[in-house]
Amino acid sequence: MAEQNLDERTRLGTVVSGSLTRGVDVKLDASISVEDMVVGRYVAIEGEKRRFFGMITDVSLEALDPRAMTTPPDVADPFIAEVIAGTTTYGKLRVLPMLTIGGDAVSILEGPQPVKTVPTHFSEVKLASQRDVELVFGAEDDRRFHVGTPLDMETKVCLDVSKFVNRSNGVFGKSGTGKTFLTRLLLIGMLQKQAAVSLVFDMHSEYGWEGKNEKGYKVKGLKQLFPSKVAVFALDEESSRWRKVSTDFVVKIGYGDIEPEDIELLRQTLNLTEASTQAVYQLAREFGDKRWLKTVLNLEEDDSKQLISKLNIHDSTYRNLRRGLESLRRFPFLVPHAVDNPVQRILEYLDRGINVVLEFGRFDDSAAYILVANLLSRRIYARYREKAEKAMGGDMAPSRPLVITIEEAHRFLNPELSTRTIFGRIAREMRKYNVTLLVIDQRPSGIDDEIMSQLGTKITCLLDDERDVDSVLAGVAGKSELKSVLSKLETKQQALVFGHAVPMPVVIKTRDYGSAESYKALGFLEAAELKKKTEKDIEGLWAP
Amino acid sequence: MDLGTKVAEVIEASSAEFVAQCYKLDQGPALGSLVKTEGELCEIFGIVYDVETHSLDPGRRVIARGEQMETQDEVFRANPQLARLLSTDFRVLVVGHRQGDGLHHYLPPMPAPIHGFVYICQLEEVQGFAQSLDFLGLVIDARLSVSVDEVVAACLRCFSRAYPDSHAFLVKAGKELARLLGGDALRLNSVLKRLR
Ligand SMILES: Nc1ncnc2c1ncn2[C@@H]1O[C@H](COP(=O)(O)OP(=O)(O)O)[C@@H](O)[C@H]1O
Ligand SMILES: [Mg+2]
Repeated sequence: MAEQNLDERTRLGTVVSGSLTRGVDVKLDASISVEDMVVGRYVAIEGEKRRFFGMITDVSLEALDPRAMTTPPDVADPFIAEVIAGTTTYGKLRVLPMLTIGGDAVSILEGPQPVKTVPTHFSEVKLASQRDVELVFGAEDDRRFHVGTPLDMETKVCLDVSKFVNRSNGVFGKSGTGKTFLTRLLLIGMLQKQAAVSLVFDMHSEYGWEGKNEKGYKVKGLKQLFPSKVAVFALDEESSRWRKVSTDFVVKIGYGDIEPEDIELLRQTLNLTEASTQAVYQLAREFGDKRWLKTVLNLEEDDSKQLISKLNIHDSTYRNLRRGLESLRRFPFLVPHAVDNPVQRILEYLDRGINVVLEFGRFDDSAAYILVANLLSRRIYARYREKAEKAMGGDMAPSRPLVITIEEAHRFLNPELSTRTIFGRIAREMRKYNVTLLVIDQRPSGIDDEIMSQLGTKITCLLDDERDVDSVLAGVAGKSELKSVLSKLETKQQALVFGHAVPMPVVIKTRDYGSAESYKALGFLEAAELKKKTEKDIEGLWAP
Repeated sequence: MDLGTKVAEVIEASSAEFVAQCYKLDQGPALGSLVKTEGELCEIFGIVYDVETHSLDPGRRVIARGEQMETQDEVFRANPQLARLLSTDFRVLVVGHRQGDGLHHYLPPMPAPIHGFVYICQLEEVQGFAQSLDFLGLVIDARLSVSVDEVVAACLRCFSRAYPDSHAFLVKAGKELARLLGGDALRLNSVLKRLR
């Protein structure tokens, strides 16, 4: 069916029953094999007054004569088997109608609308045509980015990037299902459509310079494809050098920049007790926000004793705290005095519309990640907020929207921490200050429900833990139907997309990423071609 | 119009059936074949459901004559009068008619006229008629002196020969049967088994 015409719709059957909430039942024509019907596929239903679009959410086998179950027909005879299929026994689809298009000129102009009714009895059901899909998702243009294709179709499914960046969004799926590949595409989409500028906390160093596919072949990162639009910041200079990454900036964070809140977020990773986290605030008050850490780390035994008796801190608490803080010393990116200001540098790039990817190199453990991502984001957010407030007062042009990408989001946004981290705040505030999140996670059930409900668009690859599925689909219309769709996704490179940036939920085969053609389709020119193009452009300058 | 082969003449008729007598002894159409006769206003189509050869004189029974003979043909050569004393008749279930340009798969307004000529339909005509399988409903519901299922099977086998892809036709017809027989899976199975 892949080579179907643009307009051609294969007839599948007729509507026989159903309801708006559960979806409609479709009796399959005898000529259609149930085995060709896959959950998640799009169908068009020709109602009396309007055309409906919906998604197949279930496929079942039915028989007219219940006796057929107990005395099955002689299907060993291929002729009989052929006759029986679709007649005394037949296939049934459950289709969830999602959008309608009216037949008159006005409705065609208005475009697809959400469904409020169901098609009449015996309406004809067909596979959606390429043009149907295009009508619903729009063609690729300066707002819409092609993220993939619907199941068994060549048409492009496009995401409205300008709507996408209006809210915080999430990419989910268990490990190895394609989150990273998908996210790379989303980042490229935002970059190309100039809808937002990105700051990526790249835990496993796979977005900035290059990544690997599962066969171990290298795939290009953003910087290689769009060198003038992307800056790679490194936390681990040495690792960047080994990997031959062309780094724009090496991030060093001064002790003075670490605030008590940062330590509080690290409580679990640093094994701190509740009391020692409280002690941090005391110490900060004593020595000042900028100096407390450096001072404490340099305290000799005697001075320590004096200090804790002065502040009335328990000895064991202090020891616990000190041990935790000492472990920060293993991070070479933390230095007593930072020469440069990474926050300032990041902002400079972002202001110029250049996307920043911070690669963590070898420091891909949660302590480093939580610490750095929070610390930098908090300050960057503060600047955006300032600017946004000024812009509201009319003193300044509003800044370009910023999207911050974080991985392992449940570490920041679990119910315990979500009210305290900057990320929880950003997710809750929607885009008040022009900053939104792109969270990537393999365990969405670990994320605070309230945060999940704030996400505008969710893109989810296969999840098999029931709790994860529930948390991703919470509050969505047609939840139980989508659930069955979600649980039937392929283990790789397929995703269910729903929410703000798409007119209706859609299962996509994620656009290919990693081959020479895929780079080309994304607008990348190989060096030789680039040279040719430049030469041509120069020639063009002199043309008569 | 090509009328096909003229084989018999109507000798008894009602709305739903007619009986035709063959011009030649034992040269009747095959069981299940499509035949037609010219009505006053329309052409009437029917399916042969019973073929019978009998003595023309109800008072005289046929007796066995071939004990001393080598072959069956010799019986007739030695008794030339036999051909005139016997007759081959067949019964036809009316399944449709053509009036003007319209082909209808239901009973005609008037029965077939007595002495109407009966023709065996050509392959193209069979194809034309069997475009719609609606006539199967008439057959399935008929009360006949022979097994309806036998007639249905014979008819579909006959019709299938009119198609280059006879398998496809049989599958299509089989599905129509499945629909008509609804829940009766056992009956369906038994008809289907007779389709080859
Ligand atoms: N869009 C895609 N194009 C090409 N390969 C893909 C794509 N999505 C997934 N893959 C394959 O699946 C593997 C796992 O994807 P990845 O994004 O690393 O998973 P995750 O981040 O969810 O663990 C990749 O290494 C790649 O081989
Ligand atoms: Mg990954």
